[in-house]
Amino acid sequence: MGTQSISIKVNGAEQTGEVEARLLLVHFIREDLGLTGTHIGCDTSHCGACTVILDGKAVKSCTVFAVQAAGKEVQTIEGMTTNGELHPLQEGFMEEHGLQCGFCTPGMIMSSKALLQENSNPTEEEIRIGISGNLCRCTGYVNIVKAVQYAAAKI
Amino acid sequence: MIPGPFEYHRPGTLDEAVALLASLGDDAKIISGGHSLIPMMKLRLAEPAHLVDISGLDGLDYIRESDGYLTIGALTCEAAVDRSDLIHSKYPIISDTAHVIADPLVRNLATIGGNLAHGDPANDHPATMLALGAEVVVSGPNGSRTIGIDDFFLGPLTTALGADEILTEIRIPTPPANSGGAYIKFERKVGDFAIAAVAATVTLDADGNCVKAGIGLTNVGPTPVRAKAAEEALTGNPLTDDNIATAGRLASEASQPISDHRGSEEYKRAIVEVLTKRALYKAKSRAEGGS
Amino acid sequence: MTELKTSAEIGGMGHSVKRKEDPRFIRGRGNYVDDVVRPGMLYMAIVRSPYAHAKIISINSEKALAHPGVAAVITGETLKEYNLHWMPTLMSDTQMVLPIDKVMYQAQEVAAVIATSRYAAADGVELVEVEYEPLEVVIDPFKALEPGAPVLRTDKEGQKDNRIFHWEAGDKAATDQAFKDAEVTITQDIYIPRIHVASIETCGIVAEFDSVEGQLTCWMTSQAPHAHRTVFALVAGHVGLSEEKIRIISPDIGGGFGGKVPIYPGYVIAIAATVVTGSPIKWIENRRENLQADSFARDYHMHAELAADKDGTMKALRIKTIADHGYTDAACNPAKWPAGMFSVMTGSYPFEQAFCEVDGVYTNKPPGGIAYRCSFRVTEAVHAIERLVDMLADEIDMDPAALRFKNFIKPEQFPYKTVTGWEYDSGNYAGALKLAMEMIGYEDLLKEQKEKRERGELMGIGISSFTEVVGAGPSKHFDILGLKMFDSAEIRVHPTGKVIVRLGVKSQGQGHETTFGQIVAEELGIPVKDIKVEEGDTDTAPYGLGTYASRSTPVAGAATALASRKIRDKARKIAAYLLEVNEDDLEWEPGKFFVKGVPDKVKTIQEIAFAAYTNHPQGLEAGLEAVSYYDPPNLTFPFGSYICVVDIDSGTGEVKIRRFVAVDDCGNIINPMIVEGQIHGGLTMGMAPVLMEEISYDEEGNIYGGSFMEYLMPTAMETPNWETGKTTTPSPHHPIGAKGVGESATVGAPPAIVNAIVDALSHLGVRHMEIPITPEKVWRAINGL
Ligand SMILES: Cc1cc2nc3c(=O)[nH]c(=O)nc-3n(C[C@H](O)[C@H](O)[C@H](O)COP(=O)(O)OP(=O)(O)OC[C@H]3O[C@@H](n4cnc5c(N)ncnc54)[C@H](O)[C@@H]3O)c2cc1C
Ligand code: FES
Ligand code: FES
Repeated sequence: MGTQSISIKVNGAEQTGEVEARLLLVHFIREDLGLTGTHIGCDTSHCGACTVILDGKAVKSCTVFAVQAAGKEVQTIEGMTTNGELHPLQEGFMEEHGLQCGFCTPGMIMSSKALLQENSNPTEEEIRIGISGNLCRCTGYVNIVKAVQYAAAKI
Repeated sequence: MIPGPFEYHRPGTLDEAVALLASLGDDAKIISGGHSLIPMMKLRLAEPAHLVDISGLDGLDYIRESDGYLTIGALTCEAAVDRSDLIHSKYPIISDTAHVIADPLVRNLATIGGNLAHGDPANDHPATMLALGAEVVVSGPNGSRTIGIDDFFLGPLTTALGADEILTEIRIPTPPANSGGAYIKFERKVGDFAIAAVAATVTLDADGNCVKAGIGLTNVGPTPVRAKAAEEALTGNPLTDDNIATAGRLASEASQPISDHRGSEEYKRAIVEVLTKRALYKAKSRAEGGS
Repeated sequence: MTELKTSAEIGGMGHSVKRKEDPRFIRGRGNYVDDVVRPGMLYMAIVRSPYAHAKIISINSEKALAHPGVAAVITGETLKEYNLHWMPTLMSDTQMVLPIDKVMYQAQEVAAVIATSRYAAADGVELVEVEYEPLEVVIDPFKALEPGAPVLRTDKEGQKDNRIFHWEAGDKAATDQAFKDAEVTITQDIYIPRIHVASIETCGIVAEFDSVEGQLTCWMTSQAPHAHRTVFALVAGHVGLSEEKIRIISPDIGGGFGGKVPIYPGYVIAIAATVVTGSPIKWIENRRENLQADSFARDYHMHAELAADKDGTMKALRIKTIADHGYTDAACNPAKWPAGMFSVMTGSYPFEQAFCEVDGVYTNKPPGGIAYRCSFRVTEAVHAIERLVDMLADEIDMDPAALRFKNFIKPEQFPYKTVTGWEYDSGNYAGALKLAMEMIGYEDLLKEQKEKRERGELMGIGISSFTEVVGAGPSKHFDILGLKMFDSAEIRVHPTGKVIVRLGVKSQGQGHETTFGQIVAEELGIPVKDIKVEEGDTDTAPYGLGTYASRSTPVAGAATALASRKIRDKARKIAAYLLEVNEDDLEWEPGKFFVKGVPDKVKTIQEIAFAAYTNHPQGLEAGLEAVSYYDPPNLTFPFGSYICVVDIDSGTGEVKIRRFVAVDDCGNIINPMIVEGQIHGGLTMGMAPVLMEEISYDEEGNIYGGSFMEYLMPTAMETPNWETGKTTTPSPHHPIGAKGVGESATVGAPPAIVNAIVDALSHLGVRHMEIPITPEKVWRAINGL
């Protein structure tokens, strides 16, 4: 099977690549583009460590082929800071101790960003639903909820 | 885990897609949201030689009401269904359903068409569509046809769709006044398929008698199950505690669960009974104007 | 409360300093093993056995080798040439790296494919053809011990049955007598199922061998990089890998919880592969491999008994355990303790007699017996005692809190020596329980429960008052493969007063870069922002046994405090010289020495540091640095009391944790924010196996729970909003009075939840429930099925 060329706008910059059709978006991001902030935690689309924002929606990039994302826009954790300024969510995770090992953190932040875009003042329950596609083994979620609340208050 | 190799096609129109499917034959698979298919491909449980991506086709992503039907385009994602004000206010049973499918990330890509077309009795929409008496519109080499939902699910992961047919629309008859429905799912955790789930719809007459009932069951049989005897027991009768209890019992009898790690057959039957009753009470309350 | 001795700017003990590691993680700039890329790197993927027990008839690699991108296929035969097909486990048992003739569990490594990409390696795995001849499978550990059971470890000379070890503690005869004399006895079988730590990052390695220099560098997910280096040197010394030429770098780790302590075959195969191919090799296991083949935790079958007087005075405890270790003993306990610290089972109560025996058993399951965010086997022990206490309360019709208060070891009894030989350092058990009861409103809950019961609603309240044992450990009792379980810190103060601290432990999310800086800040008064903490590189860090079993703060934390004090002692000499006074005339205050009574005759630690390199006194060595290898005099014994309230749906059996209050006492606290975070996480991992997580096998040895589809890790929706409280009882023997906290909550939470569920159903005749307590189990209990 041959390869095909694709072009995806990642964090505002057009990125092109020659890829096998079966290349998963997460591998394109991590390995072809070297953006290793997006992680992989499972094989069954359950952990959300790979969450990125695709055309405005938070999705699991391990369950999308790179070719499907051709012509679309992707935002990863590396695109969250603007001119070195932290996004309020990034700040919130740090202030509220919403992370420990940090492995789930980029995915959590991307999911939370999509959540706040839709609902700028979510209740605790809505936050918990909003991050229910992302597993964290370290924090017990309490401080992640607080981190999102911190950001919601700031945005 | 890494999927096997395949060739990727992204047709520009529905006709192109149908033609492509017809020419590629059994080696091809449609991909829409990909959230059933890609996980199977990663485990190499599915190794199609060709993928025909229909997610970019125009005009298949809509929710609207006309001519006595709610129509939903096959490519509408679960998140859009979940958020739709029209569905929320007039067809809350469908919001109930979309809201408990997988998790919010999956719901952003998974499509309602794929949910039905996959033919998985564990999926949530099929039972709801059975309860609502929906029909699906499909396009194939010979044009389009409509399939009643009762004729759609043939077996585990098998539907009435031909390999070269694309599901394009779901049509749900607008229920008359004094109707209500509810979907209740019992799951081990968020993101898991149901231990069992029940969709129930009722239409009441002025005296509070049930003139029409629909009951669909999730993940308790090789296909989604329609609990006909339970529906019949309610039809023409008031929704008393006794009648609802009878319907619960009949729905439980209609279910065909098998014992597995989600629960024993006995337990699942009991859950079907409990959930049927709860869904009926909720449907009744909604029919009476409650929430 | 931990007394604050430093300003917020210095940020010593007791300050909730924001974490120094966070800026990189929140930007996606962490550096985990899978982020490491080396020039010319190849990828490895592993072929695994579909059978739990089978002879290997043949392995055919031809098709795989013909696949584009596949560079090599490594089998047991390849490794045999180098005598690397077997390796020791950390328990001095033996384990196959790759098999020659037999597989012993489903998902065991059978061969490895090396290829130019992840994708080609995965394709190659599909193409390796292995022919097996299935053998009789032994899954049930009780059956494994029956006479006539097939002996699984035919490779071990002299092994005549499937018993790995028999271990006991306490006085059997005296305990048996106490049971004979007892007024009340309680007996319960309790099974703690197999579970998996399932850190969100799986395990992996990038191994790179430089054949010219003979240098091996491994970036790997290691909680114990030094110990791993030594084991590699011992295993592969004969092929020319010598310890000075092995460098293990443990970069950022995405959660460990015990799962990254063992040495997995995959690491060793990757090392062999880099030696054989001459290219760097990356192996990152996928989640299924992680759950199916990496070390499991628990799998303890306990028969537990408690003897007491009618008035509730607890007298004696007896527990007999069958420990299923899978096909080899690959636990990570200290050598003398094959069942870990299980004999701490007497918990928070002054038993006069206690006896336990544990038999380790081989079965056709993956090896392990490691921790799951808990120190060695303490979770099992706490589960047993805290269940038995509740059952006793029920039996004699006494309130479970009152029964605990009646029996607790009293504060004035510390240090307290238990009948099984532990010396508890300090404690105030009643204080913690009292606070938890106040926080949750215990009396009101009892009233509410009574009313609800009358209405037919199911609500339960459960208590657990646990005692943990952490900080292994004193070298006379604790070693792994002979390596004593001390730990180390090396501190250098630079001329400008900034600091680098290097440690023998390794954080996996615990925030060492922050907390160890705070210990130095406390001791030297240097602002924590000026202190860099480095771990995980065996070329630069001092030797240590690593981070697990909550040992970092108790052991390496002490080493850090003591090394800081050595520096302070030297700084005093330099200050005396600079101020032209006697050392005795100086007084210390965080960050400076001043002349007693003359506060403006002062030298800051920064001035002293500069002088140490520019103007040091004659007769004293230049520089300002110190190393400490800390061998703890005793373990530390954190404790706490937890109270859980559950509501149960009587139709479905669904359990909802409505509230959960956790009062912990871990001695002096370095960083309250981090401690609270550790407790939240520990509680969640305590809850998970009680309600959801389990790995099980059918009779053929097929796993259930081998992916996140089946292994049910809680999301934010299943996790309650934990409430925490604390009391502070410092450890008297620890230099900073700290005890360690990473695992208390995982140990303490399970019985509180089980007790609450049983309490909700007790009026229906329910006395005990086995975990995981699924809705179906509850439904059956409610319906008397
Ligand atoms: C972690 C996880 C949890 C999930 N949990 C649930 C759950 O709780 N409940 C639930 O209902 N679902 C669940 N799902 C499944 C999810 O909803 C699926 O994505 C959905 O069922 C299929 O929709 P899709 O658009 O993703 O279909 P795809 O994966 O693209 O396709 C699925 C199948 O349908 C065919 N197909 C798709 N669209 C069409 C079409 N328009 N016409 C003809 N054939 C078509 C494809 O060829 C394929 O065979 C879960 C999925 C994941 C990954
Ligand atoms: S890697 Fe787990 S969901 Fe994508
Ligand atoms: S912080 Fe470790 S998994 Fe979330």
